[in-house]
Amino acid sequence: MAVVDMIIKKLEARFAPEYLNVTDESHRHKGHAGSRPGGETHFWVKITSSHFDGLSRIERHRLINDCLCVELKGLIHALTVKAKTPAEAAEAENK
Amino acid sequence: MTDINGFISSEIKDNEVVLFMKGTPVFPQCGFSGQVVQILSYLGVSFKGVNVLDSDELRDGIKTFSNWPTIPQLYVKGEFLGGCDIIREMFEDDELRAFFKENDIDMMNV
Repeated sequence: MAVVDMIIKKLEARFAPEYLNVTDESHRHKGHAGSRPGGETHFWVKITSSHFDGLSRIERHRLINDCLCVELKGLIHALTVKAKTPAEAAEAENK
Repeated sequence: MTDINGFISSEIKDNEVVLFMKGTPVFPQCGFSGQVVQILSYLGVSFKGVNVLDSDELRDGIKTFSNWPTIPQLYVKGEFLGGCDIIREMFEDDELRAFFKENDIDMMNV
């Protein structure tokens, strides 16, 4: 399974997100430390879930890090996270 | 391991703002570390940069110490504030400035 699909599967199971978008950005880091031929090292995660209600930024990131801890130890070199609650996502849309 | 924890503890005790990063503030060797350096420099916050590429022990040690899997990591007055995403979001939402102000951290450019 591609790393990106594994990330999606795990996040969906853990957070039942209203919105989830995982992008492989490895091509933007070609030749940098941590990149591998074939990519799949640098990812962008945008996720909206009610599981983040009432949690600080650090707490949200920690939940995601815990969910992907195995991948973060090996396959994933960099993970950029934007984690919103449904209320925050709705507010951003109305701006 | 005890030694590296001792080293990290003393760095964050002896310096108000410490950035554990890849490379140095003048020559960041990773885009994410570079972004945090840029934000701190933009606000004019003086900070101590600790290059985790100096040793594998430090690079792994800081991840365990903070229970955070990635670099960079920013500490303010002994507390872990976050990595690149969190610092950037706080900066964009103008929360970072307020946070430094509340914690009596000098910002030369504000």
